Amino acid sequence: MLSAMKYASPTTVAEAVDLLGAEPDARVYAGATDLIPQIRAGRPEPAVMVDLKRIERLCAIARRGSTYTVGAATPTADICAHDGLAAAFPGLVEASGLIGSDQIQSRSSWGGNLANASPAADTPPSLIVNEARAVIAGPAGERTVAASAVATGPGATSLSGGEFIVEFELDEPPARTADAYLRLIPRTEMDIAVVGAAARITLDAAGTVAAAAVALGAVAPTVVRVPDAEVALIGRRPSGDALVAVEAAAAAAANPIDDKRGTAAYRRQVAGVLARRAVAIAAERASQPGEQS
Amino acid sequence: MTVTESKPRYKYVGTRPVRHDGLEKVTGRARFAADLNLSGQLHGIVVRSPHAHARIVSIDTSKAEAMDGVKAVITGDDFPAVDPSNRNYDMCVNIMARHKVFYEGHAVAAVAASTRDQARAAAAAIEVAYEVLPAAMTIDEALAPGAPVLHDHMMTKGADPPATEPSNVSDITRFAAGDLDAGFAEADLVIEREYTTKPVHQGYIEPHACVADTGQDGHTTIWCSSQGHFNVRSSSAAMLGWENTRIRVIPAEIGGGFGGKTTIYLEPLAVALSAKAGRPVKMVMTRDEVFRATGPAPGTKLKVKLGARRDGTLVAGDAYLIYSGGAYAGSGGLLGAMTVFESYNIANFGVESLNVVVNTARSAAYRAPAAPLTAFAIETMLDEIATELGIDALDLRLANAVAEGDPSTMGFPFARIGFTECLEAVRDHPHYSAPLGPNQGRGLAAGYWFNIGESSSATVNLNEDGTATVVTGSPDIGGSRASMALMAAEELGIDPLDIRPVVGDTEAVGFTDVTEGSRATFATGMAVVEACRTMVAELRGRAAKMMGTDIDDIDWVDGQAVYTGSDGDKAPLSVAAICAKAKRTGGPLTATGSLEAHGAGPGFAVHLCDVEVDPETGVVRVVRYTASQDAGTAIHPSYVEGQIQGGVAQGVGWALNEEYIYDSDGVMENPGFLDYRVPVASDLPMIDAVIVEVPNPAHPYGVRGVGETGIVPPIPAVANAINDATGCRLRNLPMSPVRVLEAITANGGSDG
Ligand SMILES: Cc1cc2nc3c(=O)[nH]c(=O)nc-3n(C[C@H](O)[C@H](O)[C@H](O)COP(=O)(O)OP(=O)(O)OC[C@H]3O[C@@H](n4cnc5c(N)ncnc54)[C@H](O)[C@@H]3O)c2cc1C
Repeated sequence: MLSAMKYASPTTVAEAVDLLGAEPDARVYAGATDLIPQIRAGRPEPAVMVDLKRIERLCAIARRGSTYTVGAATPTADICAHDGLAAAFPGLVEASGLIGSDQIQSRSSWGGNLANASPAADTPPSLIVNEARAVIAGPAGERTVAASAVATGPGATSLSGGEFIVEFELDEPPARTADAYLRLIPRTEMDIAVVGAAARITLDAAGTVAAAAVALGAVAPTVVRVPDAEVALIGRRPSGDALVAVEAAAAAAANPIDDKRGTAAYRRQVAGVLARRAVAIAAERASQPGEQS
Repeated sequence: MTVTESKPRYKYVGTRPVRHDGLEKVTGRARFAADLNLSGQLHGIVVRSPHAHARIVSIDTSKAEAMDGVKAVITGDDFPAVDPSNRNYDMCVNIMARHKVFYEGHAVAAVAASTRDQARAAAAAIEVAYEVLPAAMTIDEALAPGAPVLHDHMMTKGADPPATEPSNVSDITRFAAGDLDAGFAEADLVIEREYTTKPVHQGYIEPHACVADTGQDGHTTIWCSSQGHFNVRSSSAAMLGWENTRIRVIPAEIGGGFGGKTTIYLEPLAVALSAKAGRPVKMVMTRDEVFRATGPAPGTKLKVKLGARRDGTLVAGDAYLIYSGGAYAGSGGLLGAMTVFESYNIANFGVESLNVVVNTARSAAYRAPAAPLTAFAIETMLDEIATELGIDALDLRLANAVAEGDPSTMGFPFARIGFTECLEAVRDHPHYSAPLGPNQGRGLAAGYWFNIGESSSATVNLNEDGTATVVTGSPDIGGSRASMALMAAEELGIDPLDIRPVVGDTEAVGFTDVTEGSRATFATGMAVVEACRTMVAELRGRAAKMMGTDIDDIDWVDGQAVYTGSDGDKAPLSVAAICAKAKRTGGPLTATGSLEAHGAGPGFAVHLCDVEVDPETGVVRVVRYTASQDAGTAIHPSYVEGQIQGGVAQGVGWALNEEYIYDSDGVMENPGFLDYRVPVASDLPMIDAVIVEVPNPAHPYGVRGVGETGIVPPIPAVANAINDATGCRLRNLPMSPVRVLEAITANGGSDG
């Protein structure tokens, strides 16, 4: 186990692309916090493990104009320690801070979290409500897609052979905007989301909702957006009936299964509760002056 | 916090020196079994059944044997045939299946190769043909008419009338006292409740591991972690058909056992592979194997009926208890019957308990086996009775609690016990009257474990410089080295840090039973004290020689030989002074103590738990926890607290999240700590351990075992707290968020 594999550590995107082109059975990794446990559990070993962490661009957090770029292999511990990201995307940063434990956080990445394509991953719902884009490199050069377009099913992505995510782009949110993320786990940490819910709310000057995004994790093969919740919120105050409607819409949008981590009925009910709570927290944050940059 | 009945003042006993093995453990230098590597060693891998129940049609090892690096392959045929009448039958056929597999993960073959990868590849190349049989995964399935019968030889013991056909019920135990009908007739309130619980794993962090090195002379040495290396020796010998003297077992440090390492799985396989290959063989289980193939605690179905008078006096109890021992006869039924009504005076009771076999891994002991589940039933029912009768839950327990002289279930009277004192300690604790927040609730529960004595041996060697080495046969699974050193220090008058407590191997110390029944500090401690007292007599004799007087004129006072004769003043002699002259007064100073300990003295505990329940998600968080327990005398209070806290942590996990999950083919779905949810540190508040000390009259220092009782009250304490917070009575474990939310929203206050 983990014995016959080769290790490569390219230092540029181009070098990584070449490596992947030369060896079809090569596999990129960032923290390997998904990959190594999977191999230990019996998944086939790749011929070459390609470490993305030596490529500067993949571990950099930068702001160009009104857009943040976050390297796809950046450890989530670095993301959590970044004041600018925490102010602009508090929910996304909270989701990043929920992954595993301090030890895991020193290695785990957004790229790995998204490309691993677990339906229960914690950051994708938040990446999606913040309209994050993934910059993807491959033999044909670079392309940029919505983060929501990367995972296509459990363990499956839209990345083609030799492609990998270089970085994420996130636009600075408009004024009076904030996000939130909540997840349900039976324990307090070191657990997999039974349900996850992300929300992002933009308020107008009068305190009614100008824009809303709600997304659920762990209740379907991929992250589920809840357009009915968004419609129910826009133009209304984020309280009372509007929140009741969010809860109902999220429960209806959830398409969960019974498994060892929870029943479908439980997940549906709790998806509604968490969506409602996440919207309320996001709206509360959006209403705090100075909370958004 | 400690509540202490008047007890002698000790110099060392009751202090908290740093444990002798502490630094090595926190710095990672301590050697656990998997840390050992011998030159030329091979790696052994077990081939396990993918089926829950199947007949083995054939095993073809030829491909595996021809593979690179493979040095030995074994199957059940490599061990002596064993007959169901043999008392080791279950253990032997569990370690390696013969003819039939009884659970997914059951060992069918093993291979040793130069590398672990080669061994794995060879294991995968062993071809086993199975005839898959229908499986009975639960108690209900095993008892259903037409259920697949696991063992053709299983004729229910204790059946009335006697069994004539084999079944999945291995045995029935019955206890009774008084007149049940009259008792219930006398009751103003009668309630009857049913409970179900799932098998749970002990969850020790260290997977089973061993290295065996078998020589040309037919002798073998085993290094392994266990709760008792003499038991590893005799069990391995039984499996191999060898004499004990051919096996030496050297104990490694142990990374948790909790009862699960009182039996063996790998050792005879490693010995057989090593004998066949002529090389040392190392075997280390993966976590997956630990879950699939090593002992869970049994799942249960319990039905209990209690009757009480209006004033709260319990007058009748009737219990029907079913324990599933996994694939082989377990002991849960007997222990459940012994504990269900033990804590309270109930003049009229009847208990019938069954051990049932199912197609899951063979159960093993887990801290106070069976008792947490009977406590779940009794202690939640007492809460219901208290509410129904308008009596305070603690007062109800005080009124019915057993005390010295009261009869136990088995009829013998209790010696001095500390149940009442534990109840009072909780009542007097600030927690008891602290305010609760929104969605919070408080639960009280008591628990009992009887503890045991058994055989122990110890040797005390005084060194030339006046320090001492204390060798015992009990592995240190919870700080017992420190306890042994403290008791020896008290006896000899030597600083505990000048005493080296050592766990001796099977050829270095006298026979010592496995560490179970919380017996190490109690029984092995008694052997240490006995050895020390023999040593003190010897030291007095040596001092008499040095002073030129008679032993009768020498007293042992505060670690010194003091002259009490009338022939003027003579300076007292310290241990160091006597040791320095040992060569001239009779040679090396060593003494042994070996005994069969009696009077273990039951341990009682009373726990108070606050939970906060999210009414919309069913998530339960334990927010405050206080646990009182009678330790008799706390030799090293920190490790008593540690035992109490550990018991609470495991009990809370059992209450809230832990369970085995199987798919429809009987394959375990959660064989890892991600989905088998033991509590993590952040799941628990600081657990306030309140040590109550009501000395055990049978022990020289008043010790009662403390290792097990602490896991007994948490399940009902949590259940009672959830009820207080939500009004919902949960009677099925685990009380997971799914179950709690169902009870809150769907079932009108119960979980079905
Ligand atoms: C103990 C533990 C606890 C955990 N807890 C959580 C949790 O609470 N929440 C949660 O969501 N996850 C959790 N995880 C899973 C894991 O830590 C996260 O998914 C993490 O974000 C993965 O990041 P990584 O960099 O380690 O991924 P890796 O293991 O390096 O990669 C994962 C997958 O993505 C691919 N990949 C990696 N980077 C890229 C890239 N840039 N482009 C394309 N493909 C890529 C890899 O080939 C692999 O298939 C936990 C894992 C462990 C071991």
